[in-house]
Parts: sequence; C-alpha cells; structure tokens
Amino acid sequence: MSASATTTADTGLSISFTDVEKRYGSHVALRRLSLKIAPGEFVALVGANGSGKTTLLRMAALLSRPTSGKIQFQNAIPNSEALAPADIKLHIGMVGHFTMLYDELSAEENLRFFAKLSGLDNPDRIAAEALIPAGLSPRAKDLVRTFSRGMRQRLAIARALLADPSILLLDEPAAGLDREGAAWLAQTLSSLRKTGATVIMSSHGQSEALTLATRAIAMRNGTLIEDSGPNGNARAIIEREAAPITGIWDSAQ
Amino acid sequence: MNQGAKSVSLTRATFAVFSKELRVEFRSFELLTSTIVFALVVVFVFSFAFNPSAADSRRFGAGFLWIALLFASSLMLQPSFTRERTNDTLAALVLAPIDPFAIIAGKLFANFFFLVLVELILLPAFSVLYNVPLLGVIGQLAGVMLLGTFGIATVGTVFAAIASQARMRELLLPLLLVPVVVPLLIACSGATMALLADTPELPLSWVAVMACFDLMFFTAAWLFGGYLLEE
Amino acid sequence: MAGERKASIAAQAISSIVVSLLIGAAIYGALIWAPLERTMGFLQRIFYFHVACANAALFAYCIVFVGNMGYLLRRKPEWDWLATAGVEVGLIFTTIALVTGSIWAKPAWGVWWVWDARTTSTLALWLLYIVYPLLRGLVDNPERRAVISAVFGAFAFLDVPLVYFSIWWWRTQHPPPIVFKTGKLDGEMYKALLMSFIALAAMMVMMIWRRYELEGLRHAVEELKIETEYQNDGGAK
Repeated sequence: MSASATTTADTGLSISFTDVEKRYGSHVALRRLSLKIAPGEFVALVGANGSGKTTLLRMAALLSRPTSGKIQFQNAIPNSEALAPADIKLHIGMVGHFTMLYDELSAEENLRFFAKLSGLDNPDRIAAEALIPAGLSPRAKDLVRTFSRGMRQRLAIARALLADPSILLLDEPAAGLDREGAAWLAQTLSSLRKTGATVIMSSHGQSEALTLATRAIAMRNGTLIEDSGPNGNARAIIEREAAPITGIWDSAQ
Repeated sequence: MNQGAKSVSLTRATFAVFSKELRVEFRSFELLTSTIVFALVVVFVFSFAFNPSAADSRRFGAGFLWIALLFASSLMLQPSFTRERTNDTLAALVLAPIDPFAIIAGKLFANFFFLVLVELILLPAFSVLYNVPLLGVIGQLAGVMLLGTFGIATVGTVFAAIASQARMRELLLPLLLVPVVVPLLIACSGATMALLADTPELPLSWVAVMACFDLMFFTAAWLFGGYLLEE
Repeated sequence: MAGERKASIAAQAISSIVVSLLIGAAIYGALIWAPLERTMGFLQRIFYFHVACANAALFAYCIVFVGNMGYLLRRKPEWDWLATAGVEVGLIFTTIALVTGSIWAKPAWGVWWVWDARTTSTLALWLLYIVYPLLRGLVDNPERRAVISAVFGAFAFLDVPLVYFSIWWWRTQHPPPIVFKTGKLDGEMYKALLMSFIALAAMMVMMIWRRYELEGLRHAVEELKIETEYQNDGGAK
C-alpha cells in the first residue's frame, strides 16, 4: 500500500446511530435505533425479511437519510469532528440487495467505470485484476446481461472491494452464490478483517461467512431486539435468529 | 495492491458518467433509433394535419420542428433515470465518492448529445419534406438549435429525475416539462422563424432569452439537483 | 391547550372580520366610488378585480417559493404545508383572474379569449402551477413528496420572470389583433385599484394561513394514527 496517501484501512471509522428512525409514509422501517459500531468489528445483522436490515445498511452507506435521529462517522482520534459525507464515502464499499451493475456493459467495463468514480489510478489494470480472484477473468469482456445470478453476485462483491474499503456493508451477500463462491466470500472477508476493516453483514440464513462474526444484532419489525455487543456471544444469537441451511444445491450435480 | 479511494473532481466524475451513458446507449442504440423515428413520424404527420403550402412551411416550420423535438425529448429523457432503477445502479452512483451533481450533469450532457444526434437527422428530413432551404443560415441555425436543445436537456434531465420517483412517469415528464419550457419554446421558434424568413436575420433578443434560460436552469440544476438523488 | 385554542379562534375571527371589511371597501371602491370609464362603461369595473387577482396569485407563488426553500434548507414539514397552501390558493386566484378576464373580454370585444401578453402570461402561469398538485398526488412517500415539490417549485418560480418576458416580447414583435386595453387610468382609478390589491392580498394571506393550519391538523392526525398502530402492535415486540 502506498505510504503517501492515507490508506483506507488505517482510518478506523466508528459508526454511531443515535435514535434513528426511518419512515416511508406510514410504514416505519426502523424504530428509534441506537447503536455504535467500533472500527474492526464484524457485525452480523440477522432477522427475517422486512425486519429493517436493508434499511439499516442503506443508512450506514449514506444512501438513505434518517427521518429523525443522527448517523455519525468518527475517527478513532479523540475530539475529532464528525466527517462530511463526501469523505466518508471514500471508505465505504457495499454489496446491496440488487447487483448495482449495468447489464449492457461487460464485467470489465463495469469495474473500470466504478474504479474511475472512486478516483483509483490505473482503472483498467485494477478492473482486470479484480476479476481474477472472483473467478470472472474468462468472462471479462462478456456483458453482465449474459451472467448467471451467482456470477453477477461475485462481480458485485468484486466491485465493492475495488477501493479497499475500510467499511464493508453487505446485504445478503451469499445469496445466489454457489459453494465455491461462498467459500471465496468467506476467505475474502477473513483477509479483509486482518487489515482492520469493519464489516456489517446482513443475513437471514446461516452461511460460512457468518461464522466470522464477532458481534451479532438481531432485528424484528424494524426494532433492534438483541445485541451481543463486541464481546458477547454472537454465535448464540446467530444460531437462534438465522435460518439454518436445510439443503445445498451441489453445483457438481 | 490498490491504494484507497480518492475523491474525484466534478469534471472527471461528470465525464465518467457521460462516457458511461454513451457507452450503454451505443450498445443497443434502442433509445436513439426510437426517438429519431418518433420525431420523423411527428414531422411527417404534420403534413396530413396541416397540409401546408411551401409558404406555410416556411412560416410554421419553425414551430413544427420545435414541437416535434420537445415531444421526442420528453420521451427520450425519461430512461436516463428509469434505466438506473433496474439493478439499483443509481445507488451505486450515489455511493461513489463524487459530487452528486456529477451524476446529473453527466446525464444532462449525454442527453444533450443524443438530442443533437436526433436533430442531425431531423433537420435535413424536415428541410427536404417541406422544401425549406436551411443551408444558407446553417451556422446561425445550428447555434439556435444548440442553445435550445441544451435548455431542454437541462430541465428535462432534472425533471426525469423527479418523474422517476413518481407514478405514471411517462405521462408526468411531458406534463412537468412543457409548461416550464414555454419561454424557451417561444424564443427558439421565434429565432428559427426569423432565420427561415425571406430575409433571414437572427434576433438577438431571442438568443438572449435562450442563453438566460440555459444559464439559469443549469444553475438551478446544480443548486437543487442533488436533493433529488436522496432516498 | 385550551388557551391556545381560544387564541387561535380569536385570531381567526378577527382576521375574517378585517378581511371582510377590506373586501367590502374594495367592492365599494371598484363598483361605486371609482369613476365610470369612458369607452367600456360599467363592465370595465371588473378590471380592478381581474388585475388584483392576478397579482395576489403572484404573491401567493412567492410564498410557495419561500416554503420550498424553507423545506429544502430546514426539512421541517411546516414549510411543505406552507408551500402546499400557497399553491392551492395561488391556483384559485389565477383561475379567477382567467375567468374574470374572459367575462370582461366577451362583451367588450366579442371573444372569450384574447391572446395578448397579460392574459397569455396568466394562462402560462396557471399551466405551470397546476402541475404542482398533480405531481404531489403521484408521490406517496411524504418526505420524497416534499423534496420533489420543493425542487419543482423552485424551477417553476424561477421560470416566472422568463415566462412573462418572453410572452411580452413575443406580443410586442407580433401584436395580436385584439389588445386588452385597460384605457387610461386617472387618479381615483389608481386608488380603487390599490384598494383591490390590498383587499385581495389580505384575503389571499388569510386563505393560505387557514389552509396551512388545516395541513397541520392533517399531519397531526397521521402522526396519531401511526403512533396508535405502533402501540397496538405491542410497541417494540
């Protein structure tokens, strides 16, 4: 990593939600949520569909404004001021509910475009290199429209990782991934954690990646019902709230 | 090993979005071809509705042209934001560490470019079908077309962002666009009509109105456009 | 709470009385006190209301712009209520201006509509702002609706001077066959016109104020509904 620029992994941003509420008309998606996530934590966000996990993640990504309450990102340095949204986005990578990819562009073109928007030097090289671990190099020049669900998901993950984010937000990232893909995801998250990145990952079912969690938060009906805290028993909450995998499609079949 | 993300200047981000818009459209050309055909159909159908003589065409042609362009635009501008909804790519753009105005500006310039391409086909077709010679005033006419089209693209792109968040968006965009664009329409038709007259001239007052419109609404897009990208 | 309510009712009553008096004075001024116009006779008197209505509408749209800017900067729903109230009242006054214009035109010039600068601009203004409530009706989420209306409102308001100028210039370049002449206004006519301005502006402000309060009540009811639903769901289950 270059020593001159501030590396994203060093900044160590904490995320705090204070009395955050999100309403869409008369539907309350998040009710008075207060939460603080320290840098380096791996938070598993579990709960049924519609419990508010996606809303929470989108708010952490600064995609969604809270209806009331505050979301703040702060440096570990004491007494530093809260950062501006433009600076925060430098550190965030996200895998959303949708792929956020352009079907009419190729895998390489998609990554190159997002690399440019992140201000990365040499976007062509970075895009080509990012495809390799995702196993998509052979299909680099093919349009995303021709990709299977699993391949799109891998590309979406590769895109989120392009700029070495120090905060990674994942909304059901294992959905659509085959066993290899899921293993790659877990491995990637594991190495990312070693660089001190913060990960918030939502899941309604259990997966390999979820085993890396150091903290678990359970949600229901937009309310935070359980929080293991940074040192608590994350496993217990995950096992209780996340649906077990009842069967696995073997891609070899 | 990558270095971390760095903030991107407004110009670079706008250009990146602009290039992406062009690249996506040039894959299939579906929007451009449908818009060109639609505009041609409108111009063609005018002859049945109005049955203009050669003298009529020179008088009313300016109006036909701008109305055809306005309606074609209001159909063509909507996809610039509705396309971004399919895979939630708009969220990806908002997530990027760029000035939100880059998203709007990039699309604005791309829409402007596409509309100019439509005009490159529309104008000769109009000239031929209605026997209205354009070559004599082509320089000044080009200036008027560019100024007018930029205004439509500016307001139209912002309103496309608005309409994409409402229901009935295909009907809503023309409904929002046409009343606001009235001063531009008057100025553009007026200037074009003066250029197509027997003694062609370019009335600077109309050019001033167009320039004022473009500047004012581009600034308004810069000031207020970002709010439309929130959730 | 009772004290607030009493004060509010008192304020409403007083304002109604004041506005009624002003309107009464304006009607007297326009219909009886002002001198008879030479060419058009009694019919010309509608001019006082026609012009005053159009101007009251413009003031209303200024208030809409204030509401729009206030919302974008402060994000408090009260600003959105102000803008909504302003648009509805503005549209009412614009419609009345258009209708009184027609009522005047038909007996005076034999046509229902005259494409002169003033009437065309008023119509353009009407078309510009009629879209505002239509747009609002198509957006369900209240926050998005407020933001979107505010941005559209800003564009519409900035357009107004351009609309007026371009139509005026167009009409100067290509004068229509019939021009909406108001005739020469002497001193007392100006006074009657001023009285009409004041009365209708006061009425406009009062109507906006009432509509604003109505919107506030509507909002309060919505809030109560949501809170009740939440409690019925057992709070945080």
